[in-house]
Amino acid sequence: MKPFAYERATDPGAAATLVADSTEAVYLAGGTNLVDLMKLGVTEPTLLVDITRLPYDTIEHRPDGGVLIGALVPGSRLAGDLGVRERFPALAEALLSGASGQLRTVATTGGNLLQRTRCVYFQDVTKPCNKRRPETGCSAVQGLHRDLAVLGTSDFCLAGHPSDMAVAMAALDAVVHLRRVNGSPRAVPLNDFYLLPGDTPHRETVLQPGDLITGVELPPPPEGAAMSYRKVRDRWSYAFALVSVAAVVATDADGTLREIRLGLGGVGTRPWRARETERLLTGREPTEERLREAARAEFASARPLPQNAFKIDLAVDVITAAVRDLVGRQRR
Amino acid sequence: MTTLQRTVGAEVTRVEGREKVTGAALYAYEYPVPDALYAWAVQSTVPRGTVRAVDPAAALSLPGVVAVLDSRNVVRLRPTDTPELAVLQSPEVAYRGQIVAAVVADTFETARQAAAAVRVEYDVDDHDAELTDGDPRIFVPDTVNGGYPGHTETGDVEAALAAAPVVLDATYTTPPEHTATMEPHATIAVWDGDTLTLYNGDQGPWMTAARVAELFGLPEGAVRIVADHTGGGFGSKAIPRPPTVLAALAARAVGRPVKVAATRQQMFTMVSYRTPTRQRIRLGAERDGRLTAIWHDALQQSSTLTPYCEQTVTCTRVMYAARHRRTTHRLAQLDVPTPSWMRAPGEAPGMFALESAMDELAVELGMDPIDLRVANEPARDPETGHPFSSRNLVACLREGAARFGWAGRDPAPGRRREGRWLAGTGVAACNYPALTWPSTATARAEPGGGFTVRIAAADIGTGARTALTQVAADELGVAIDRVTLDIGRSAYGQAPWAGGSMGLSSWGWAVSKACRALVKRLDEVSGAIPPDGLEVRADTAEDVEARRAFSRHAYGAQFAEVRVDAVTGQVRVDRLLGMFAAGRVINPRTAGSQLRGGMCMGLSTALYENLETDPRFGDFANHDLATYHIAAHADVRDVQAHWLEEDDDELNPMGSKGIGELGIVGTAAAIANAVYHATGVRVRDLPITVERVRAGLPAGPPAGFSAGPSTR
Amino acid sequence: MRGAPPGARLWDVTAHAFHSDFALRVNGADRPLTLDHRVTLLDALREHLALTGAKKGCDHGQCGACTVLIDGERVNSCLVFAVAAQGRDITTIEGVAGLAAPEELHPLQRAFLDHDGFQCGYCTPGQICSAIGALTEAARGWPSHATADLAAGVGAPGELDADEIRERMSGNLCRCGAYPGIVAAIREVAGADGGGAPARAGAAGGAR
Repeated sequence: MKPFAYERATDPGAAATLVADSTEAVYLAGGTNLVDLMKLGVTEPTLLVDITRLPYDTIEHRPDGGVLIGALVPGSRLAGDLGVRERFPALAEALLSGASGQLRTVATTGGNLLQRTRCVYFQDVTKPCNKRRPETGCSAVQGLHRDLAVLGTSDFCLAGHPSDMAVAMAALDAVVHLRRVNGSPRAVPLNDFYLLPGDTPHRETVLQPGDLITGVELPPPPEGAAMSYRKVRDRWSYAFALVSVAAVVATDADGTLREIRLGLGGVGTRPWRARETERLLTGREPTEERLREAARAEFASARPLPQNAFKIDLAVDVITAAVRDLVGRQRR
Repeated sequence: MTTLQRTVGAEVTRVEGREKVTGAALYAYEYPVPDALYAWAVQSTVPRGTVRAVDPAAALSLPGVVAVLDSRNVVRLRPTDTPELAVLQSPEVAYRGQIVAAVVADTFETARQAAAAVRVEYDVDDHDAELTDGDPRIFVPDTVNGGYPGHTETGDVEAALAAAPVVLDATYTTPPEHTATMEPHATIAVWDGDTLTLYNGDQGPWMTAARVAELFGLPEGAVRIVADHTGGGFGSKAIPRPPTVLAALAARAVGRPVKVAATRQQMFTMVSYRTPTRQRIRLGAERDGRLTAIWHDALQQSSTLTPYCEQTVTCTRVMYAARHRRTTHRLAQLDVPTPSWMRAPGEAPGMFALESAMDELAVELGMDPIDLRVANEPARDPETGHPFSSRNLVACLREGAARFGWAGRDPAPGRRREGRWLAGTGVAACNYPALTWPSTATARAEPGGGFTVRIAAADIGTGARTALTQVAADELGVAIDRVTLDIGRSAYGQAPWAGGSMGLSSWGWAVSKACRALVKRLDEVSGAIPPDGLEVRADTAEDVEARRAFSRHAYGAQFAEVRVDAVTGQVRVDRLLGMFAAGRVINPRTAGSQLRGGMCMGLSTALYENLETDPRFGDFANHDLATYHIAAHADVRDVQAHWLEEDDDELNPMGSKGIGELGIVGTAAAIANAVYHATGVRVRDLPITVERVRAGLPAGPPAGFSAGPSTR
Repeated sequence: MRGAPPGARLWDVTAHAFHSDFALRVNGADRPLTLDHRVTLLDALREHLALTGAKKGCDHGQCGACTVLIDGERVNSCLVFAVAAQGRDITTIEGVAGLAAPEELHPLQRAFLDHDGFQCGYCTPGQICSAIGALTEAARGWPSHATADLAAGVGAPGELDADEIRERMSGNLCRCGAYPGIVAAIREVAGADGGGAPARAGAAGGAR
């Protein structure tokens, strides 16, 4: 880790100016991933701008049922928030199934969105990685890729996005609020926030230098919707997802799916919105067979490798079970 | 001396417990040593080759960097039979992750930065880091770890298999695993002239001191080890590892104390891992279940540095009667880090295979797996012919079954559905040799009425300090609060390590003998204690040597109750129950923790632990605790350890057998057998991951299963 | 270490340093320090303040051995730069007994002894600090992944069942496998006083 300067920002404008001025300056919020990566030598900033004292730490429930979550709200407080638990239980479940109690007390909402992949090669500076160092090659294709993505991958990178929270937010049609360097606000739907790796896997989001995430807005969920977050992992806690499914389901009285939104974790290079599955199911009766077919259709473009091919069947099973369960809950 | 209630057998609270719960207990890296510098290892980034050049310039230019060490500027060590300890002695690289240079700096942060700035150039050779059967370099070692023969054979196993009415032939694999002690290996090295003090996380202070002295060409006693508390060892701290040697070399080079702490990432290549195994087991049986043939073959790996081969098939030599038997270790030396001891080396992977095979055979025979084991109970050690000093395997199976609720178990697999779960139970047997090594100890009567007992033992969490205090108090006939039991210093004299589950048996004998001698001596002087105290020293070398030929082992049986998520294949271990027979238990409180802890680690190896060999690079792709999973709180539910009263006069004065390793042996098989019972899926490759379970489940989740929250 | 780093730009030449003078408030006392910004809170405690109770197990937030309380919340001190912890109230294992004054030991420390909730002891300070934080969270009614009804949350800490404790404590690995004793110890304390003693540490803004 190189020496770095440290500044505690007292207002967003000063913070943004400092960060925009240097490619080697970064914002420091909870630090749970940044400090980790700095120790590994993956990230080598020379200036940390501590933004934890900026005023983005509130949870505002809107009269329409939506919510604006400040970027600095830690996961523990967000998952503990009664309004979130009542109206966005999939988000609370996702948060509670991620990391550990002591990580969640510090890890912020904005930082969670910007988590870097846990691909072992990205984290090991002695091995090639296109994401960490462009055009050095991808070690995972021939190496360990069991935990990596099958959707959205390229020949350059198959690193998965590790966040649980963002998967739930993807299903909840979240909008990321930014403050540009010039002070102007910008709102980006979360599903447009992340870039696919393509041939530039080091570029992960639409953020421009100095952009500061100020919050995440969740619109009110569909009327009468039920939702859940289901995560499959190697141990029963404190592990990243092999596959996770955030499902938001609203049915009509006749049992057809009026609205369905699915976020997938563990399978995509970004928090994955299962648009194809949604398209095939919307307005249809969710029979077992149709659910499975629709779930499988999402993976038509998947590029599985030997170690992670199991994720496709696993995801199909979990999507099917999760939606079936929510539909059942709606009927009750 | 008044008559007191004996403390052996009592639930005495750990004597160092208060220090541990208040944070006062000092571990190696935490001793306040003034003026210490920080060393940081630079590791090889190639798996095989020669260091052509080390460019220290960038590192040396950083303020605070005192030295950059490589093979050209550190002291020469003596030749060693443990070649991975020849740190920085040559430019040859034998594995990726080997120490090829090191930085010494005034702060931890600068040392880390400077290590990253050292430029190392290599001449790279081709490498082969992948264990494959059929590799022409595979050989059968004459002896394996522990001094056991590499190969044994009785009768004609092939003919017996050909003639057997029922034959089981299956191959099992276990992956490389890592001890992953919570305390990474750490050392502070302090030279004073030609004496060296090492504050070291250590399982065997005296043995470490002797080995380091040998390496540095120093006389016996010139190296002092201080290891009051050690944050877990599991074999990895039984001998010094490269970080310890690096600390001593660096401190010598810069003339100041030096601290070294392996990072968690470095641990996976610098410190011992368990070899992967590929084991083929063939069993021949009569229809009534009696075994006629046992053939256990185990392929393992070591580095090119040393042919370390662990004793994977030795349990099989002891467990079951059969006239025809063959057991073989095979070894391939690859361009990989050197494997070494991890809790129950050999026995743990070996018994996963054997006890899985016994379960498969029971299924094949339509026999209860307990009855099958009972039917093959030998009267004498099946290979050596020695009588058993004691053997209560059958009693453990029967009593364990009663406590677990085994009776009435429907053996059919995949029949018990509870919501989305498939439930099942499994059993496996375990054994571990009851080893004892010579040891010395001193016992001293203090003028104030207290007693001080000193022995170069180590308490790595076993409870040894407490148990030895109890042994001493009973022999002295005093309350335990009058006994100060000092351990953790090599200066206390020859003593073995906390390893091979031999610690308490060996140390306790010496403590017992010293205390008895002191009592006798006190009688001789009518209790008159001189002003500087009265001290006696005991050495058990002759006593241990004089023991008669017996087959000495602890035995046990583990029972597992599991649920498997039929949607995902995730395995939940709801209950583990171990029933053990291990001689006399000195302290039920700490013994219970040892046995349960071993079972937890067994659960962890059954379901989670998997170092992924990275053949292209020659190391392990996963090398931290986020990607090398060990069992967490949520994975460990109801775990019980019970034991039978067992009197065995052929062991040691305490009548105890070691229990540090017994708990892990067998547990993985019990869980795998339960997974089979739950699902009908036989997973022969550890760990039992979702994809391995799912590979055997019918496609798609059964209708009517609900997803629900995943924790319960 | 003052001065410009290699490749420095205008801003760092003029205004920035790589170390700072500041104080950390630890176990109720202000401790002045001059530290390289790279020093984590964990290393500040262990290397600069002689408080070695918090342990370094992985240095990456993957084991929990370094857990301390910051403003009453459990935190992995290995992932916090010390300079960023100024102004916070830090409680380490050496100070937790003070949270439950006038007890000589914190009730959790005593319960860990009584239930043999440790073996090698290396993860123990982190387990105890984490348990204090976990009971504080439960006292607020916060659910966990093991909570049946997220909206309802949990009642008093004393109502937490073993699976709740296990889930909440899963950020603290124990390689010795002392988990059963740890869970028993925490349940006893949670039940005995409704988590009252730990909860006193829980109000945001002050561990004392």
